[in-house]
Amino acid sequence: MKLTQEEQDMLDGKYGKSAKKSMEILTTLGEIFDAECMVDVYGVQIAGVSYANLGEAGLEFLSEMAIDGKVRVLTTLNPAGMDRENWQELGIDKEFAKNQNRAIDAFAKMGIITTCSCTPYLIGNAPHYGQHLAWAESSAVCYANSVIGARTNREGGPSALASALTGKTPKYGYHLDENRHGQVLFKTNTPVKGTDEFGVLGKIIGDKLVELGKKIPYISGIPLATVEELKSFCASVATYGGTALFHMEGITPEYNKYPIPKDFVFEINQDDLDKTRAELIDDDLEIDFVSIGCPHASIHEIEKIARLLEGKKVKKEFWITTARPTKRIVDEVGYSKIIEDAGAKFAADTCCVVAPIKGRFKGIMVDSAKACYYGRAKNKFKVKIGSIEECIEEAIK
Amino acid sequence: MKLKGRKIYKGTAEAEAIVTKDGISFYGGVDPDTGEVVEVGHELEGQSITGKVLVFPTGKGSTVGSYTMYRMKKNNTAPAAIVNKQIDTIVAVGCIISEIPCVDKIDINKIQNGQKIIVNGSEGTVEVK
Repeated sequence: MKLTQEEQDMLDGKYGKSAKKSMEILTTLGEIFDAECMVDVYGVQIAGVSYANLGEAGLEFLSEMAIDGKVRVLTTLNPAGMDRENWQELGIDKEFAKNQNRAIDAFAKMGIITTCSCTPYLIGNAPHYGQHLAWAESSAVCYANSVIGARTNREGGPSALASALTGKTPKYGYHLDENRHGQVLFKTNTPVKGTDEFGVLGKIIGDKLVELGKKIPYISGIPLATVEELKSFCASVATYGGTALFHMEGITPEYNKYPIPKDFVFEINQDDLDKTRAELIDDDLEIDFVSIGCPHASIHEIEKIARLLEGKKVKKEFWITTARPTKRIVDEVGYSKIIEDAGAKFAADTCCVVAPIKGRFKGIMVDSAKACYYGRAKNKFKVKIGSIEECIEEAIK
Repeated sequence: MKLKGRKIYKGTAEAEAIVTKDGISFYGGVDPDTGEVVEVGHELEGQSITGKVLVFPTGKGSTVGSYTMYRMKKNNTAPAAIVNKQIDTIVAVGCIISEIPCVDKIDINKIQNGQKIIVNGSEGTVEVK
């Protein structure tokens, strides 16, 4: 790999031990993937924040990197294993909370903004078209590449941190034009609406891509999509298909930059949506937990929840998972009070995928296809997908 | 016999080889406290990889595996070196942060269980004694 003088100096240890270790990680990855050089990144999103995933080993690594490591670019964090202010009320034990805070403190010491969210693009880690990034968090990677048209590979925890501490990433994969072409055309012949339905669409496409061994879909027939629908779609297609980039005709900025794929063409009809939705609803279901905010709920979604819950009472455990800055805004405008008066709870900084809630509930209802996957696989819940309206109906029933 | 591969992480180690045809997931597949492979049905299930040259085709599983390797190093349960047919990012990053010599692009069929081998991570070579 060709390195600039600055990059070589980092590798030689002139910028300290953590920068040296980081550059070792990045140059090795670059060589494995045949990168010619490094590229400067605008920002970093780090995954591997929940203590449940890090463990003592991960924490020790972070603490060592924090001895002399300082970020050189804007860097934010993925959700943690708990709400940092409200963890006790959400049933998180003391020992876990202590360890989770040790991990977050190590990140903070390196100058990382410890807003723990899977939607950095909603809260100020907002890249623009064409910018290079080193993001972890599969749903955010998919959003950045596809909806924004920025460029990032799917990073892991240590490689994202290495980019944060050096401001560099090896230039391969999705950083290069030649790897961003659509591979499979999906023609949607039926209206798709709402976060739940976009999640269902993501599962249809993700499953098909895995079957074909392909990664980049080109989707036509969707006239309009909201930010919330797209973030739900990104989370789903990344979960089920490992997809880091898609093109959507008339919606995403690079849709007409590359040829429309011809070799693999599939149609998606109402039947497919119905069938796949049914796959996301378990039999013998007893719902005792409702959660909205996978990926983290936006202001707009929380406003909608407040409107639907006003003057009502929830009868089941109901979490709204969101980013701390979003929570502060909805506190200010009064949505939080309406929601909390109805008995629902906010779980900021965390989510139902990474919080240590395995076995705590029997059945979960969500508007997210990604949350269905992890609810089943990781937390052993039965699951049901539905619209936000249906989730609220279930909660107050 | 000296096999030439690609350097992944520098350093040398001389130890007994433990060879498998199965992929290895360090997260969940190896107990970092004992150094034993615990993945059910794995060819090496129940065997310790501590202090050996671990020879396997490629890594698999969660990216948290890099941290598991780091924990093994700190616990003194890590392998002495790693030889792969094709490196994956989890094992590569694990070797770098844990400072375990590592070489890939080696024809691992040429290495037998129990043989003494020398891994030179800086040169990217594996010598079978």
